[in-house]
Amino acid sequence: MLDLSNIPVIDQVGVEERIARLNSRSIKKESKLQGLHLALSMIDLTTLEGKDTAGKVRQMCYKAMHPADDIPGLPTVAAVCVYPNHVKTAKTALGNSGINVASVATAFPSGNSSLKVKLADTKLAIDNGADEIDMVISRGEFLSGNSKFVYDEIATIKEACGNARLKVIFETGELSTLDNIRLVSEIAMQAGADFIKTSTGKIQPAATMPVTLVMLHAIKDYHEKTGKMVGMKPAGGISTSKQALQYLVMLYETLGGAWMTNEWFRFGASSLANDILLQLHKEQSGVYYSGDYISKD
Amino acid sequence: MTRIAVLKTYKLFIGGAFPRTESGRYYKIQNKANETIANVGLSSRKDFRNAVVAVRKAQDAWQGRAAFNKSQIIYRIAEILEGRKVQFVEELISQGSTKASAEKEVQMSIDRCVYYSGWCDKYQAIYSSVNPVATSHFNFSVPEPMGVVSIIASDETSLLGFISALLPCIVGGNTCIVLASSSKPLSAITFAEVLATSDVPAGIINILTGKEKELHTHFSNHMDVNAVVYCRTDKAIWKTIAQNASLNIKRSFWWNKDWAKSESENPYLIMDLQEIKTTWHPIENIGVSGAKY
Repeated sequence: MLDLSNIPVIDQVGVEERIARLNSRSIKKESKLQGLHLALSMIDLTTLEGKDTAGKVRQMCYKAMHPADDIPGLPTVAAVCVYPNHVKTAKTALGNSGINVASVATAFPSGNSSLKVKLADTKLAIDNGADEIDMVISRGEFLSGNSKFVYDEIATIKEACGNARLKVIFETGELSTLDNIRLVSEIAMQAGADFIKTSTGKIQPAATMPVTLVMLHAIKDYHEKTGKMVGMKPAGGISTSKQALQYLVMLYETLGGAWMTNEWFRFGASSLANDILLQLHKEQSGVYYSGDYISKD
Repeated sequence: MTRIAVLKTYKLFIGGAFPRTESGRYYKIQNKANETIANVGLSSRKDFRNAVVAVRKAQDAWQGRAAFNKSQIIYRIAEILEGRKVQFVEELISQGSTKASAEKEVQMSIDRCVYYSGWCDKYQAIYSSVNPVATSHFNFSVPEPMGVVSIIASDETSLLGFISALLPCIVGGNTCIVLASSSKPLSAITFAEVLATSDVPAGIINILTGKEKELHTHFSNHMDVNAVVYCRTDKAIWKTIAQNASLNIKRSFWWNKDWAKSESENPYLIMDLQEIKTTWHPIENIGVSGAKY
């Protein structure tokens, strides 16, 4: 049953001050290197464009498996994230590399369709072999105050997912206030979300640190209340290693070490991996590296 | 009551903005009477790194601009500079020039902008060629910008050497990070104010202040820099620069010139920072029934 009592009010100024404090942490040398490896292993390498082709998806899958063969000891990324019609291609390309295939579903990115179509969309992805489903919520219904609708929809999709893990995208850039974000986090977690995710990447602002912090606190409270762990995925707008490390600091200081793995935390990003590789090459060779030597996609 | 003069803080110019140096370090610039006239930032490795990120972002758009438009933009620099002549003359005098030499330097700098603005849409035509080849190809060569150029500008003059090195670079569709004269850096930063108000896209010219001894390795070993130009006189530093440049086969140039001479403005400097691209375009057999392209 959906229970929306006792949801705290968010102090926006407090959130911003906390972020400023967290961002003043300085991560250098060994710990930076470790942080970069961890961040790389948490990436959902993403391509969600109308112009996606099987060739592009295969190329991205290769990159997911071989981020940079000239740097020894690199992890692979956690998953690749594609549209449902490309899941099969990705699944085949990744073989038994251990990298998951995540698929967006439910009329991504707007979520404006009937439940029937959304279920069919999800089923298509699952049947094609998706290990993870990234669904979008109906923001229109949520903003009209129809929490029950959003809850039911997520619960229905969760049921359709079977064993696949469900990430619920809020599109926080459309939800206006941090209070809304806290509320929708609660709804999604109660409805059975395995991950809560900030954005589709199609709308600005996408993931921001204040939004992510509010969601992390919601996860923490939910865990304290029910004992269930829920994952977090900020997506969109995180393109530099420095930002990624700041998110990891925030994650550690909010949820602690148990969440510091790609089972419970992901970055939805397309260009972050390349920036991490630039930094890792710099650590290896001692001179600043160039994007000319790294594949663009 | 006597009024206390308001002194300008001379900051860096990166990505169209005026940040302070990341290092937090400064050095003093003194006039002939040994009075401090300004504190100037001692740029660090990280300032240079930030500048490379900014300049790389700006490169494609600048390279893609129409030649005529580049010409207009560079002419506009001359226009704005002309309007602020007095300020530059005063600043040069404060850094040790005589009034006459200061006026001459500013005039030459303005004229140099006009000179190079004229070259923007001409050097390709002059240095391109259609090449006779024995096979059925239409074969032609055109100059293309190298990309990001790091420049250590002359130490001798505050404005002229600086402008003379960066203009041939940007005329050719390159973008740059320039280390201003270390002993006379003030006019370069004031010139940044001209750039910021003269249609020059943010990021294509970035200006750092500081010491060549601290910065030359970074200017020459960053893998995302495509060419490095050295305009000072230290042979040992030039050697290090040339060696570091081999890391990613950057082009390296030693422009050890007297910039006040008129032969120091010429299109060969533009061509130094161009790569030649040759295209072999298959066509039908030429000769039997005439060219078919």
